Amino acid sequence: MFAVFVGITLIVTYWASGQSATSRGFYAAHRRIGALQNGWAIAGDYVSAATFLGITGLIAFYGFDGFMYSVGWLVAYLAVLFLVAEPLRNTGKYTMADLISFRLRGRTVRAVAAISTIAITLFYLIAQMVGVSALVNVLLPRFGDIAAIVVVGVLMLVYVLFGGMLATTWVQVIKAILLLFTSIALSLLVVAHFHFSLGDFLHAAAAVPVNGTATNLLRPGLLFHGALGAWNLVSLGLALVLGTAGLPHILMRFFTVSSAKAARTSVAWAMVLIGIFYLTTSFMGLGAATIVGKEHIGRRLYAGQAIGYIARHPEAEAPLNAQLIRNGFIVPKPDSNLAAPLLAGNLGGSLLTAFVSAVAFATILAVVAGLTLAASSAFAHDIWFSLVRDGRGDETEYLFVARATAFVVGALAIVLSIALRGFNVAFLVGLAFAVAASANVPVILLALAWRRFSRSGAIAGMVCGLVSSLVLIAISPVFLGARAIFPLDNPGIVSIPIGLAGAILGTLLIRDRESEAMFDQLHVRATTGLGAEV
Amino acid sequence: MPQIERGRWESLAAEPEFRALVRSRRRFVVPATIFFIAYYLALPISVGVFPQVMSRPVLGPLTLAYAFALSQFAMAWILLALYLQRARSFDVRAARIRRQETHEVLDAQQ
Repeated sequence: MFAVFVGITLIVTYWASGQSATSRGFYAAHRRIGALQNGWAIAGDYVSAATFLGITGLIAFYGFDGFMYSVGWLVAYLAVLFLVAEPLRNTGKYTMADLISFRLRGRTVRAVAAISTIAITLFYLIAQMVGVSALVNVLLPRFGDIAAIVVVGVLMLVYVLFGGMLATTWVQVIKAILLLFTSIALSLLVVAHFHFSLGDFLHAAAAVPVNGTATNLLRPGLLFHGALGAWNLVSLGLALVLGTAGLPHILMRFFTVSSAKAARTSVAWAMVLIGIFYLTTSFMGLGAATIVGKEHIGRRLYAGQAIGYIARHPEAEAPLNAQLIRNGFIVPKPDSNLAAPLLAGNLGGSLLTAFVSAVAFATILAVVAGLTLAASSAFAHDIWFSLVRDGRGDETEYLFVARATAFVVGALAIVLSIALRGFNVAFLVGLAFAVAASANVPVILLALAWRRFSRSGAIAGMVCGLVSSLVLIAISPVFLGARAIFPLDNPGIVSIPIGLAGAILGTLLIRDRESEAMFDQLHVRATTGLGAEV
Repeated sequence: MPQIERGRWESLAAEPEFRALVRSRRRFVVPATIFFIAYYLALPISVGVFPQVMSRPVLGPLTLAYAFALSQFAMAWILLALYLQRARSFDVRAARIRRQETHEVLDAQQ
């Protein structure tokens, strides 16, 4: 099954390789991707394996609280739609730094923007690759996890190096179709299991037997509770909703279409597809809980942070389990399985399990390829050509640097992922979203909307957002457990205001007339599309 | 694409047609953004502050919290549809400004 997917995508890559011979082809697919196709590709780029397997698992275990993630990740696209997609297409060439440094000219601004892009994509990339090893451990036990990371890494490099943006787009489109088809099919099977009665399904989900007592999975508070529960939820919610508008691999997709209108239409398609997918997570998750049974779903369905914590502190496992039992949970067994594939096995036998596992792998491949391309463009376009070579250099050199960077990023991701195997995946993803929301989003918005916004403001905003989110996560319970200095799992509620405050203070302290003078030009370009890159 | 001169952007930014386009965009985007963030944050806040109320079943066994969460999907799609509808007129007006400008630049160059 997986081999078929790899075969098809390699043929696409071979076909696309002829069209990636220029930087515009390599990074932006000649801006000829259609809006519908780009919408599917955004969905394919966005819905990662952590979402497919992770949210399904969280909902199976914690019901409503797991579904909170689904809601946040869809609503986030309204911010992309209203605030960034169209201006970005109108003013940028290949990267987010293009928009920021359009009026805030200067080497430091571009360098800081590129560094924050690379940091976000690397965290995200490693999280995905580490996810591969977790998946392989469970789904294909005879296959080593290091081998899996290497196979995924090499395949992803083949797509990116030879096929560029065009092949990556097609990999994402094919994967999104497979994923959506699979989740709808699984959801239908779940409803069919309850004889197509939504009422019966919900009644079953409202009384899932755990240790002989019925637990209501439709009720909030199973994952986030206690005095800080509300704060944790709000902080996570803010980072999810604002972070998406600052994720470099998503923003990069808007450079592949022909106009701002096409960028908007592609967000619209993506919102429809992503929304349908997130609705199915409820059916799959609650279905897994009611049909497979909570006690049969594996230990990897602990919230990601708990897995990492237990891996580092084995002595904490027993008290943690005791606490879980007190809260009404069955302690997961180490030899049991993942929610989505297990649900597939229960409903459709081993063939469906194999299919779902293959889809999960395809998912990781597509996301990882998009991330590598985003990191490579930030380095080649922003750091190498704009800073080191000062805009000089021809197409041949450009393409060589682009491919070399993609290769280095991919190789680095493979090595780091092997080194960080068993590391906390939720930590890395949380970091990526928090950094994007705190460092990128305030600066993008202020650059577009505030005439006085200055270079010092942009630098201060990005540095404050980057540093505060990194530091706060490092001293949070996710990392330090009970010894945490900062009480919340996600830094969003503090680090986003810090990033914004840094940007405003930096602007008010040093006046920057040159950047102010460029505001009108950026404003006219962003609104009307005059002079946009074609 | 004809080259647009440096000083031209400032006068374009001051033109009534452009100002009107910016104003009507803002009139939709700013309230819509405030609304969707407020509506979204209302979910974690209400769940965190009033867990008992939000656990109450409203539609059969479906709790108030779950119903509210599902309503966020409807909210997102409705705002999307509204924006797409509004944006059609923005596109027309932006295209008019673009056309006028490229003609003017071409005239000046001839």
